[in-house]
Amino acid sequence: MSVLAVIRPDSWNFPLLLHVLGAMILVGGLITAVSAQFVGWKRSTPADALGFGRLGFRALLYAALPGWFLMRFAGEWIAVREGWDDVEEEPAWLGIGYITGEAGGLLLLISIILAGLGVRSLKKSGADSSTMIRVSTVLVAIVLVAYLVAMWAMSAKPD
Amino acid sequence: MSLYDWLLFLHIATAFALVSALVLFTYLILGGRSLDVPSDVVRMFRISKVGDALMGIGSIGVLVFGIWLAIEVEEYELWDGWIIAAIILWLGFGAIGSRIGKIYYPARDRAKALVAEGRDEANPELNAMLRSQTGLMFHIATVALALLLLIDMIYKPGA
Repeated sequence: MSVLAVIRPDSWNFPLLLHVLGAMILVGGLITAVSAQFVGWKRSTPADALGFGRLGFRALLYAALPGWFLMRFAGEWIAVREGWDDVEEEPAWLGIGYITGEAGGLLLLISIILAGLGVRSLKKSGADSSTMIRVSTVLVAIVLVAYLVAMWAMSAKPD
Repeated sequence: MSLYDWLLFLHIATAFALVSALVLFTYLILGGRSLDVPSDVVRMFRISKVGDALMGIGSIGVLVFGIWLAIEVEEYELWDGWIIAAIILWLGFGAIGSRIGKIYYPARDRAKALVAEGRDEANPELNAMLRSQTGLMFHIATVALALLLLIDMIYKPGA
């Protein structure tokens, strides 16, 4: 067992609390959004497609996005404080965290834009499905899996 | 990965599931307060099954893997103050959480009944159920307890 995993400096506690809280809100927002979007994918009526599309978009915008900012900001706070932003060879778990954090953030942003545009097009056209919302659903699912991998890397800290 | 690494990962993963369920239910409870039409309420509560599953897995998993971790790690004992505090907070969370379901699931069932009866229009009884102040207060209490649990887990007072 890694002793470091049990004993860490007290100065990490507050930024770590914000980092974990942000990550939890992010994952909760992604799960809420992808649930609504998947259910909407299967439904055929225009009212359901619009309703679930709107639910998914709002979960991404009001939960996942603020969660991402909190997670990323607090993560960087710890990294700067501990000098991890300036190491020659970063540990694997940190690399996984950075890659999923940055790439996942970009995919999250794209999925929010697509979900918003999809909802707007459904509202105008009255159609029963939107390709943009479906692409957003796939992206959100990919981001969710990436963050689950990041969560494993951050908690288990593989070499 | 050692047994400790796996236990820590599973403990954190189930904590994420629990908070994700809270995010989803927060979204449903706050969103439900602005809905009037029964079919909109039924639609929104369709994703509550995901929240139920996450809450079940999260609340049981976080306790089981947490206790297992406390037994596994030499530095911790089950009778440490912060671990006893966590168990008390968990019990409070469960007790209040079960009351929330008794407030909002009848609202979902009432909305379903209204839709089945063909009365898909604003209903004062349904609106009152969705805007329950008691339900909202209980939900805020569970969010506060979850936050206290997270603070307790990170700061480990007395450890």
